[in-house]
Amino acid sequence: MQTATSDSAIRKIQGAFTGGHDAFRIRQVLQNHGRLSTSAFELAEDADLYEAGMSSLASVNVMLALEGEFNIEFPDQMLNRSVFSSIAAIGAAVKQLNGA
Amino acid sequence: MEILEAIRTVVAGIAAQHAADVDEAARFPHETFAALKAARALSAAVPRDLGGQGCGMRELAAQCSALAQVCSASGMILAMHHIQVACMARHGLESAFFRDYLQRLAQDQLLIASVTSEVGTFGDTRSSICAVERKGARFELNKDATTISYGASADALLVTCRRAADSAASDQVLVLLQKGDYTLEQTTNWNTLGMRGTCSPGFNVRSSGPVEQILPGSYADSSAQTMVPYSHILWASLWQGIAGGAVARAASQVRSEARKKPGTVPPSAANLAKVMAQLQAVRHNWQAVAEEFDALQVSENAMQELLGLGWALKLNNLKMSVSDSVVQIVHQALQITGILGYKNDSPVSVGRHYRDVLSASLMVSNERIAAKSAAMLMVFKADQAAV
Ligand SMILES: Cc1cc2nc3c(=O)[nH]c(=O)nc-3n(C[C@H](O)[C@H](O)[C@H](O)COP(=O)(O)OP(=O)(O)OC[C@H]3O[C@@H](n4cnc5c(N)ncnc54)[C@H](O)[C@@H]3O)c2cc1C
Repeated sequence: MQTATSDSAIRKIQGAFTGGHDAFRIRQVLQNHGRLSTSAFELAEDADLYEAGMSSLASVNVMLALEGEFNIEFPDQMLNRSVFSSIAAIGAAVKQLNGA
Repeated sequence: MEILEAIRTVVAGIAAQHAADVDEAARFPHETFAALKAARALSAAVPRDLGGQGCGMRELAAQCSALAQVCSASGMILAMHHIQVACMARHGLESAFFRDYLQRLAQDQLLIASVTSEVGTFGDTRSSICAVERKGARFELNKDATTISYGASADALLVTCRRAADSAASDQVLVLLQKGDYTLEQTTNWNTLGMRGTCSPGFNVRSSGPVEQILPGSYADSSAQTMVPYSHILWASLWQGIAGGAVARAASQVRSEARKKPGTVPPSAANLAKVMAQLQAVRHNWQAVAEEFDALQVSENAMQELLGLGWALKLNNLKMSVSDSVVQIVHQALQITGILGYKNDSPVSVGRHYRDVLSASLMVSNERIAAKSAAMLMVFKADQAAV
């Protein structure tokens, strides 16, 4: 009973995030490494992460953690402020690398 | 080329004449700046259609280097002014106010100072404590600044601050304060080892002005696209100029020794040859980055590329390596000149150069920059030899 409740609770939470599972993992990375002034789980997909308090140093940690989380390597030309400016932009970059 | 020519032929002579006094009295080099204004050098970075000369990075850097060779403080003030103008010229052209202001700047040869450092942010220019607060058509902005070079002699200040009272520390904007908008209360002194003529004490800045003086966009972008590249390249060029000034004095001493005994090369000449090689490497370092920067500007992606880690690392590398090398070069110049160079009142004295050049590694701490580069290298692969 206990497990069923928490599973459905998690599903409910996940459902609240547009963009599916990848977006959820991206939010987790941002929550742990983005040093945002608000929770990464409460941000809109297209909210500007820099305006939400992510410093340039924090953004490097986010890049590093994303590489580990998704087992990818961002090529240098993608290591650009604008590629990491929102959850949606990061999602697109991750998808591009995973699809390639 | 006109401004550079004027600096080499006219301004440098005036700056050289007053450099020792500027240093000793820690005063603003007003004779140099009167001459620079007469040569219209303060609008070198203003676009041509707004009445300026539209100089690129390579040309601005050559101006700073030439001036710093005879007066470091003058070279630094000119560099810092160009940096502020470039921020407005590259990020303000869509604003009627900033277009008009740049026109006025060119017409009246206005001097702009920089207010990035703040009590409590410890030299991290990418975070602010103070915030600009909009109240209808006007703003209020108060900043406790640790260091404002030539703040008391400037016609305007370009200030970093948070975008609004509830913005994150790194969510910054640039705000222009014109004379009349602000008061300065001096909080600390500027009795330093070197760069004394930059007159850079701390000030409490209190201001209010019309909101159109807030530069459009984010400082996050204008910092990476303009403030950092212009700072690191122009600073590198002027630091090389200071080192070049010391080497020129060493060279003149070696030549005068050689004249006493034609046919025998003085022993110090071998060291001169070595230090010349170091000086050339430093000059080519900033020249190459400046040319690369200028070449990039014709590309559609220029502004995007400047936001990438490749450029951030390249500029950090330039800053760290030049600021270290110039100290070694001036040290070598001192070994060549010997006791004559050590004397403050001899014509080949390199004491001022030595003291001035020691500021290079502190002016945005090399340790801080190295720590940032180190973090970037954890993700940067240099897979296209982009560095
Ligand atoms: C000649 C001159 C003119 C200037 N003019 C202006 C001006 O006009 N306007 C303006 O706003 N500012 C100006 N500045 C200030 C300048 O921009 C810097 O803010 C200032 O030099 C840094 O001061 P700091 O050494 O106290 O700061 P910090 O950078 O905080 O350094 C303090 C100490 O901490 C160490 N440190 C810092 N970060 C790290 C790290 N990550 N890892 C290891 N060690 C670290 C440094 O090595 C240093 O020992 C000027 C400075 C100089 C020298």
